[in-house]
Amino acid sequence: MEEKGKLRREPITDTQLLMTITVCIFIGMYILAILIWGGGFKKPQMLFDMLNDNAYLVIISCGLTIVMITGSIDISVGGVTALVAMVGVMILNGNLTLFNGLIAALGMGEGARIVFALLMSLLIGLAFGLVQGYLIAHLEIQPFIITLAGMFFARGMITIISVDPQKGPQNLMDILQKRIEMAWLGSPNKKGVVIPARMEIGVVIALVIVVLVYLLLRSTKLGRSFYAVGGNRQSALMLGVNVRRSRFMAHLLCGLLSGIAGFVFMMHTGAGNATNATAAEMNAIASSIIGGTLLTGGVGNVIGTFFGVLTLSTIKSIVTTSGLRDPWWQSITTGAMLCFFILLQSVVLMRKNKRKK
Amino acid sequence: MNKNKRGGLSRYSQLLVPLIAILVLVIFNLIRDPSFFSVGLTANNNGDPVLQGNLISILNGASELVILSMGMTLVTAACGGQDISVGALAAIAGSVFVKVLKSGGSISPLLVLGGFLMCCAVAMVFGAFNGSLVAFFNIQPMIATLILFTCGRSIAYWINGGATPTVASPIINAIGSFIPGVPIPTPILIVLLMGGLFALLFRFTTLGLYIQSVGINQSAARLNGINAVGIKLLSFVILGVCCAVAGMIGVSRLGLINHETLLINIEMDAILAVAIGGNNLGGGKFKMIGSVLGAYAIQALTITLYAMKVPSTDVKAYKAVVIVLLVVMGSPVVKEAADRVTKRIRAARRSGTEKEAA
Repeated sequence: MEEKGKLRREPITDTQLLMTITVCIFIGMYILAILIWGGGFKKPQMLFDMLNDNAYLVIISCGLTIVMITGSIDISVGGVTALVAMVGVMILNGNLTLFNGLIAALGMGEGARIVFALLMSLLIGLAFGLVQGYLIAHLEIQPFIITLAGMFFARGMITIISVDPQKGPQNLMDILQKRIEMAWLGSPNKKGVVIPARMEIGVVIALVIVVLVYLLLRSTKLGRSFYAVGGNRQSALMLGVNVRRSRFMAHLLCGLLSGIAGFVFMMHTGAGNATNATAAEMNAIASSIIGGTLLTGGVGNVIGTFFGVLTLSTIKSIVTTSGLRDPWWQSITTGAMLCFFILLQSVVLMRKNKRKK
Repeated sequence: MNKNKRGGLSRYSQLLVPLIAILVLVIFNLIRDPSFFSVGLTANNNGDPVLQGNLISILNGASELVILSMGMTLVTAACGGQDISVGALAAIAGSVFVKVLKSGGSISPLLVLGGFLMCCAVAMVFGAFNGSLVAFFNIQPMIATLILFTCGRSIAYWINGGATPTVASPIINAIGSFIPGVPIPTPILIVLLMGGLFALLFRFTTLGLYIQSVGINQSAARLNGINAVGIKLLSFVILGVCCAVAGMIGVSRLGLINHETLLINIEMDAILAVAIGGNNLGGGKFKMIGSVLGAYAIQALTITLYAMKVPSTDVKAYKAVVIVLLVVMGSPVVKEAADRVTKRIRAARRSGTEKEAA
């Protein structure tokens, strides 16, 4: 009986162990930052700023965590996000004539543009997920290559649609960039006026998605099959898991999430640009790894990923606050921290596996 | 008899995809514009006759990619993963090269040699760093090299103190474009040299065999007395040397080091070249010639798109479509289907001949 319980809990403990380490390090780092640099880090707004800036990254990373749990990878996410943001902004400012005609024909007002932008975001994300998922799961092509092509395609499409950077119209952006103000978390500025803490709608979307993905991975049949496929594809197949369907669904979800991330990105920046969300895929992979997801598959958790994003942005804030303003320090320290986390994980897992033997 | 013949052919079947890709591109260009392939001798700025034409610019432009994909093939085969830091590492190597050239007063051949050795040494150290993460700590290569991918270009920036120094010298010019009196671009010659070195390495040492056996089954290789950790480390160090050579060519071409743009995104192309060359990205058996052909196919595609007046920013989208078509063609499912069809044709033919004989 004991044996059985042990076996069943095994794959979850790896995940929980790595996640706990990340959460502890994040909290420790934040407290350290408050102690050393005080000031900015004490204000709740600092945390909210991090969330506002990285809401899209949280969503991308959730998608990537799902894909990585199945032992696959998707590096098209950054490109898809940028493409969606570009298309969304162009629908809003009326530079895509197709949608102008559509909206005029349906006799809808300006506000309908937002609905169309959202629909197109979901559609583009789903289309990428669908094609990539089919090619990877059913034609068994290496995911790296397909999603690399996806990234090239998305980035190329951005400049085909518009070479010039695009800006969203003010009236619509005002609606999208409405912030949730929390007076009770406010902090006084230099003049002593209390500024309420501000949070963008995108953060709420991101948090809802984190919770939904967490529930999906934890307690649905599909979610559990992701772990099974990532842990050992052969055994999953023998246990009757539909491996193809699981891998397909993982990529579909990841595509959909990067579409939503693109919309959130557009809400935050209000601009479409070919260099939007540059290297977002690598940041998302790094966040997932810091959060305890293994690229080999079978191990991972979105809560950890969420803290991974926060950890990464805390590192960046610490570097800027501590006065190392030279542009190279940010990425060098990020690299060093990444190195630390990767080594830590590998040592922890190695020791654990040795003990098991 | 028949079986042997098939075995001999199927050994090279992985080269089919890159060869078909190149063939399709050649035919496409011939139909589109037959003058695409014209190669002419023209005098360059120094008055030396040099070869010019699209074909030469394909061969010349692909040099760095070919060199990197050679090293990438070894890492892929031994470790079952890819190094995504090659572009960053080439930028570091290029920065070191320029730093050494700038340290002396005038640029002498000895100084260039010193710079080359120095940048090789630095790249080998970084390669060994990547390799040790992969070999000793059993970290996935892509994750391990993500570290250098993140901070490599910043390190390159830091080496030269945030500047983009230029180096102008006839020697640098000779490395980057043409040696006076030789009509072939020097990078092509360097590629030939590197290819020759690798060919000798595989001919006279057991390295290739060892790398394959480590990639196919690490534990089995170790039980057979192969130092698996050492082989993995060595493959990364060799890739480091490739990065140094590519970085040096890149710097010499422009006569300056720009850490942001030097060989940008080349890691993706290099991995792509390995995959198009029919090598399994999961490690194991490899054919370096496949990666080389793959690299030339990618460059030929890019140059063809440029020749069709596609803006350089849009090239990526068209490239993506071609890549997807290529990998779909080479995918296991499609291959199986093709095998089934050929088998059926062969069976039909056999039954036909049997009937005739009867």
